[in-house]
Amino acid sequence: MRNKIPRVPVREQDPAVRAKNFEEVSYGYDQSEAMLEASRCLGCKKPSCVPACPVSIQIPQFIYAVETGNIEEAARIISKDSSLPAVCGRVCPQESQCEGACILGVKGEPVSIGKLERFVADWSRERGVKFTEKAEPNGKKVAIVGSGPAGLACATDLARMGYDVTVFEVLHEAGGVLQYGIPEFRLPKESVVKYEIDNVRALGVKIETNIVVGRTVTIDTLMDKEGFSAVFIGSGAGLPKFMGIPGENLNGVVSANEFLTRNNLMRAYDPSYDTPIYVGKRVAVVGGGNVAMDAARSALRLGADVTVVYRRTEKELPARVEEVHHAKQEGIVFRMLTNPVEVLGDERGWVTGLKCLKMELGEPDQSGRRSPVPIPDSHFDIDTDVVIMSLGTSPNPLISSTTPGLEINKWNCLVADDDGATSRPGIFAGGDAVTGAATVILAMGAGRKAAAAIDKYLTNN
Amino acid sequence: MYKIISKRFLTPIICLMEVDAPRMAKAAKPGQFLIVRAHEKGERIPLTICDYDSEKGTVTIVTQIVGASSRQICHLNEGDSFVDFVGPLGLPSEFVHMSDDEIKGKKIIFIAGGLGTAPVYPQVKYLHSRGVSVDVIIGAKNKDMIIFENEMRAICNNLYICTDDGSAGRKGLVTEQLKELLDGIEAGTVNNGVKYDQAVAIGPMIMMKFVSITAKPYGLPLIVSLNTLMVDGTGMCGACRVSIGGKTKFACVDGPEFDAYLVDFNEAMRRQGMYKNIETEADHKCNIGLDQK
Ligand SMILES: Cc1cc2nc3c(=O)[nH]c(=O)nc-3n(C[C@H](O)[C@H](O)[C@H](O)COP(=O)(O)OP(=O)(O)OC[C@H]3O[C@@H](n4cnc5c(N)ncnc54)[C@H](O)[C@@H]3O)c2cc1C
Ligand SMILES: Cc1cc2nc3c(=O)[nH]c(=O)nc-3n(C[C@H](O)[C@H](O)[C@H](O)COP(=O)(O)OP(=O)(O)OC[C@H]3O[C@@H](n4cnc5c(N)ncnc54)[C@H](O)[C@@H]3O)c2cc1C
Ligand code: SF4
Ligand code: SF4
Ligand code: FES
Repeated sequence: MRNKIPRVPVREQDPAVRAKNFEEVSYGYDQSEAMLEASRCLGCKKPSCVPACPVSIQIPQFIYAVETGNIEEAARIISKDSSLPAVCGRVCPQESQCEGACILGVKGEPVSIGKLERFVADWSRERGVKFTEKAEPNGKKVAIVGSGPAGLACATDLARMGYDVTVFEVLHEAGGVLQYGIPEFRLPKESVVKYEIDNVRALGVKIETNIVVGRTVTIDTLMDKEGFSAVFIGSGAGLPKFMGIPGENLNGVVSANEFLTRNNLMRAYDPSYDTPIYVGKRVAVVGGGNVAMDAARSALRLGADVTVVYRRTEKELPARVEEVHHAKQEGIVFRMLTNPVEVLGDERGWVTGLKCLKMELGEPDQSGRRSPVPIPDSHFDIDTDVVIMSLGTSPNPLISSTTPGLEINKWNCLVADDDGATSRPGIFAGGDAVTGAATVILAMGAGRKAAAAIDKYLTNN
Repeated sequence: MYKIISKRFLTPIICLMEVDAPRMAKAAKPGQFLIVRAHEKGERIPLTICDYDSEKGTVTIVTQIVGASSRQICHLNEGDSFVDFVGPLGLPSEFVHMSDDEIKGKKIIFIAGGLGTAPVYPQVKYLHSRGVSVDVIIGAKNKDMIIFENEMRAICNNLYICTDDGSAGRKGLVTEQLKELLDGIEAGTVNNGVKYDQAVAIGPMIMMKFVSITAKPYGLPLIVSLNTLMVDGTGMCGACRVSIGGKTKFACVDGPEFDAYLVDFNEAMRRQGMYKNIETEADHKCNIGLDQK
């Protein structure tokens, strides 16, 4: 019986060693491990894994190709649906997507779909295998705002269909959160992110960095004066939230976005780069999502003792299980049912601690989650030099406020239908800018849908 | 790449550069800034857009050497290029949105401290082009540190110069000059007693704080431009946050100009010094290294 083979474990860097470096935590499968793991797949006729993948990768087909040692064929199958397989294989929340739906997971462990995808992508990269087939140019120009996963996926599909695509990005490097948010030890920038973006470029997509759409050029100028027939907005949800508690503007309180941007985009961990970063000796991270884990594990690698402060219990932590597991292995302390009420500082205005309240779980709220309720008079202080606020992000109003007629909802998210069409003809949107902070692969799925809708729109108009 | 078309030093530590950036030149408005990186491993440094020529496609920046990154910028030469040059960022000055009717007959005074003269210049130039009468106070350490004097004189009504050592203009601080003018107006001995409708102060944070303390008793509306620390300049990180009337705002997207009377200057100054120690080390390293010319 195929499914009797246990799931093939993946080799990882030793926790004690990796807590001091920014090299990748997971080594990934080698070919024989990958072929063995692939042999566990039942090749279901009606695979439940495929609909659970937001870009519908032909999972059993690519896995079969891996099993038979035909890795290039596997890569070709994946490339039809995903332009960033080395990224998704690493950062997708597989346990709640493809792997979460795998039939083997009902009784045992699901197939390691993500690790297999990563293996195929890494194998292709090492051998320079690329798929750059595309249709004849059709002469129509499409502009993409933002070079995150949504924008890149949309650009890839449109370029394949023969469109002349230009991506406008405000930062100096392309990739969105892949570049500025997710740390090197989970997603290597040079070998993985840059490489996959170069593949998008190889399809003829132009990427113009240092352009603030809405300020350097408006969407209306792009459409009226620069000849773009349609625009896709994939500008993400980059605006950080703060708690609004006393002491939040003390020196030493930063948003997770600032901390991660300094370290990832600006490479502050590498002394040959100029951008400074302040970590102190002790760091408290407030929040419990992937972003909080990334900030905590980065601070640890920069030499600090790190505590994660979260107001519910471990069961409710929104971060991926794997990330929490890794964080614990590396020595990060978790303080659950704890809610900060004030940041404490010294007379010079620098952080010295975090005043917290103990919480307990009360009745379930509308979402069905049991909401945390403060325990009266349970104040206590956590000594810390730095507080990293990781409370979520929302879309930046820059584009909506400079594009007349573009509808937004009360969270500043752009309003778009299932195909990404916004309230303005010819303007499409997708990814975090529409949904609020979500996942890489959902953003890519939205970008692909919008590409199909843009093609339809431009063929009919 | 963004090529430096021309460069000259205005003082030994302040340099002016005209940079090729056609898209930005077309879009820029007074009050906005840009972010520049001098090299592949450099910091993102915010600088005010000091002038722009949409026909030539150039943007002018004026940089004062205060630390490692501003030194790198000033060490680039004509023909060299910046790796990154992004903008315009931030909101334009309020008066850009005023109609001709609203702006006509307004009387405005600018108070510029040190390098702040550079960002004041495009605003005065803009107002001059719309027929507004503008007075300017420039403050500087000494005669050699005064910039844009002639350019300013050509477009403003009255130019008042103050230096710390009295080597040019009056000896003393810009606040003393301002107070004297405002008192004179109240007494009817200056400007025929015609009050200013608006004041704008740009310079070191400490100067803006004291201008605000000086001007407040006179009920003179005052705008300041806050040069906070910044990373992205697009509202993504919050490094630039300031307290305005007790609310947290991001200087890069909500500003950089704010109503002076709502600004928590003490907090802003403290936050500006956040990386001082770290930066001093960086400076130290490169002072003994080869970076020093
Ligand atoms: C620290 C962190 C860790 C995460 N970890 C995971 C994970 O493990 N797995 C997972 O699936 N998801 C993860 N996510 C979420 C995931 O990264 C996002 O959902 C995804 O990147 C959204 O893609 P996007 O293309 O919509 O937006 P982004 O990736 O945010 O890209 C938007 C791009 O648009 C640019 N832009 C914005 N405004 C403008 C403008 N006006 N002009 C020009 N360009 C503009 C931005 O600079 C940015 O580059 C994480 C997010 C963060 C922050
Ligand atoms: C909107 C805006 C517009 C600006 N316009 C100009 C301009 O037109 N010309 C110009 O020369 N500078 C301008 N600045 C300031 C400029 O960005 C800083 O001088 C520069 O970042 C310092 O970098 P550094 O590495 O050379 O110095 P650092 O080594 O970082 O710092 C040296 C000293 O300067 C202080 N400092 C650091 N950053 C700032 C800052 N943002 N503002 C004031 N002091 C700071 C530090 O506390 C330290 O004492 C502006 C800043 C902002 C936010
Ligand atoms: S893209 Fe993500 S969800 Fe889809 S198969 Fe790959 S890992 Fe699974
Ligand atoms: S559900 Fe699981 S076993 Fe079935 S095809 Fe998908 S990966 Fe293979
Ligand atoms: S500089 Fe990052 S939000 Fe203002």
